[in-house]
Amino acid sequence: MMENNFLFDSEGLSEEALKRKHKLENDPSCRTDHMKYMDDQEQIKSDILEKVMAEFDSYDYSAYTVLDVSRALQKNTIGVEEFKALLSPAAEPFLEQMAEKARIETRKHFGNTVYLFTPLYIANYCENYCVYCGFNCYNHIRRMKLSMEQIEHEMKVIADSGMEEILILTGESKIMSDVKYIGEACKLARKYFRMVGVEIYPVNVEDYKYLHECGVDYVTVFQETYDNVKYETLHLAGHKRVWPYRFEAQERALMGGMRGIAGSALLGLSDFRKDALATGLHMYYLQRKYPHAEISLSCPRLRPIVNNDKINHMDVGERQLCQVLCAYRLFLPFAGITVSSRETKSFRDGIVKIAATKISAGVSTGIGDHESKYTGKENTEEGDEQFEIADTRSFDTMYKDMSAEGLQPVLNDYLYV
Amino acid sequence: MENNDKLVIGGREFNSRFILGSGKYSLSLIKAAVENAGAELITLAVRRANTKEHENILDHIPEGVTLLPNTSGARNAEEAVRIARLARELGCGDFVKIEIMRDTKYLLPDNAETIKATEILANEGFIVMPYMYPDLNTARDLVNAGAASVMPLASPIGSNKGLATRDFIQILIDEIDLPIIVDAGIGRPSQACEAMEMGAAAVMSNTALATAGDLPMMADAFRKAVEAGRQAYLSGLGRVLVRGASPSDTLTGFIRD
Repeated sequence: MMENNFLFDSEGLSEEALKRKHKLENDPSCRTDHMKYMDDQEQIKSDILEKVMAEFDSYDYSAYTVLDVSRALQKNTIGVEEFKALLSPAAEPFLEQMAEKARIETRKHFGNTVYLFTPLYIANYCENYCVYCGFNCYNHIRRMKLSMEQIEHEMKVIADSGMEEILILTGESKIMSDVKYIGEACKLARKYFRMVGVEIYPVNVEDYKYLHECGVDYVTVFQETYDNVKYETLHLAGHKRVWPYRFEAQERALMGGMRGIAGSALLGLSDFRKDALATGLHMYYLQRKYPHAEISLSCPRLRPIVNNDKINHMDVGERQLCQVLCAYRLFLPFAGITVSSRETKSFRDGIVKIAATKISAGVSTGIGDHESKYTGKENTEEGDEQFEIADTRSFDTMYKDMSAEGLQPVLNDYLYV
Repeated sequence: MENNDKLVIGGREFNSRFILGSGKYSLSLIKAAVENAGAELITLAVRRANTKEHENILDHIPEGVTLLPNTSGARNAEEAVRIARLARELGCGDFVKIEIMRDTKYLLPDNAETIKATEILANEGFIVMPYMYPDLNTARDLVNAGAASVMPLASPIGSNKGLATRDFIQILIDEIDLPIIVDAGIGRPSQACEAMEMGAAAVMSNTALATAGDLPMMADAFRKAVEAGRQAYLSGLGRVLVRGASPSDTLTGFIRD
């Protein structure tokens, strides 16, 4: 498998910091046990992890043949075995048939609607050292945490553009952006938007309960990779290093009263076929255990970051990504599928007709820069971006483009009850 | 259709027996769909109407059509009641279609919670049209709870699979003194027609139209099918010959008095 070269030393780090960084990178024995919960991390009773990992470990996608794939495509209900076949290399020649079948399922469940949303990053301080992420604590970037006034200003700018659904994001720093701070931001978001979701560091059930009371109903957590051995080599320090605690985040969110959850692997970090299998199964078992939960999947691929523009999605080309998305749709026909601005305009315009149900618009992954990005007004106080985006379309352009594709853009289909 | 054959729900009269869903297609097509389907009742997800300015679905519904707001998104009776009250505040009128789902995969209705919500909302003066899984005991409870109609599903919503629950819907039609409106799963005009032949008071559809190649034309086809089925029902369907013939000698010819 091709691998990215993630490691680099950004300028401006002290000698001491560099020493710590290199030790973490080169000496696995100095890293903490990534399978052990930290003291403040709640451990719930759940068998979902076990179920997903049993399938993940035993999945040999090279064993599937053209015959398995064509059998799977003839079935009305795509079960776990069929899902595995559809994710295998043997299914690649069937991409067009998979897309046709996926399109029918998407239309049955969602008609011709496409949901629009935008992310809002409120802070980029981070305590983790995740080697592929622009926010990682050893990357020397402009750090920023928005004040409540600044957050409200950003929200006004976004709401004025017409957007009604917002996803609040932060870096993972409980010191710089604690749950209370995020909760206050979400309360503000309820004033300006109809639907509020968060994509923040995983928290305990009590904290999810609190965030729900602040107006949040949807929680997104990316597992990055379900291969915990690989995970250990990519998440070298910080709370995020604890792999099982992250895995159980969606379940804790549902236990805390959230209506819906989303998850995914970050494709390109590890073996994408196995990661796609685990992503689908993770959401599948969650829905079986919590039948009322609204389930949603994403499909992020690695992107270049500030100070390392070489990072890329390796062997996950658009063809492979499309295969994964069609397999998700066929296995989980009822699930929402989000395709972010990490992907290009042409890919997003195409995939919303097949499998995706939700796309972002007017996106910035930086901090406090919506006004400058939306209106061109200069602003010297901005924080750097988490990754480079590939589709920069504004809300208006996206609305028009989706309508021109024959789709009905939906800004909100949700009530906080 | 004869004008004296009215569909009466909660004291309101309708000439059309086709109820149109609105959630799965372009807003610009709603008007054509309503007109071609001849629909006088159109459902509307309250949560979908919960939008600020950019093309509110409410703005696309032609005048003179009665809104049937639904409580989709409700996971229990309490949430359904709250959504129904909100619909009233939004000016959607007194009709409400109760939809309570605790399952996001199949979207099957929760009958027990539906009965509870029906009772509360009927007491508040709503004209309550509960969506339900076709079960006779539930239907009777809904009658007692004050429902204005009963809306059994034909097959899972969005599946276009037709009258999978045919026999159970027939029982409701035979036993319940409220309009039985077949909802969900009707994928083709012929299936709508069959439901009407069985004696359903009306049929509701959304996905079948939304996924059609030409939505307005399909709306027209549904109107005709529903009218044909109704007419067949009213005219009294002829007997169906068993194995192509009926015995010439009656089986009870031996009886002397």
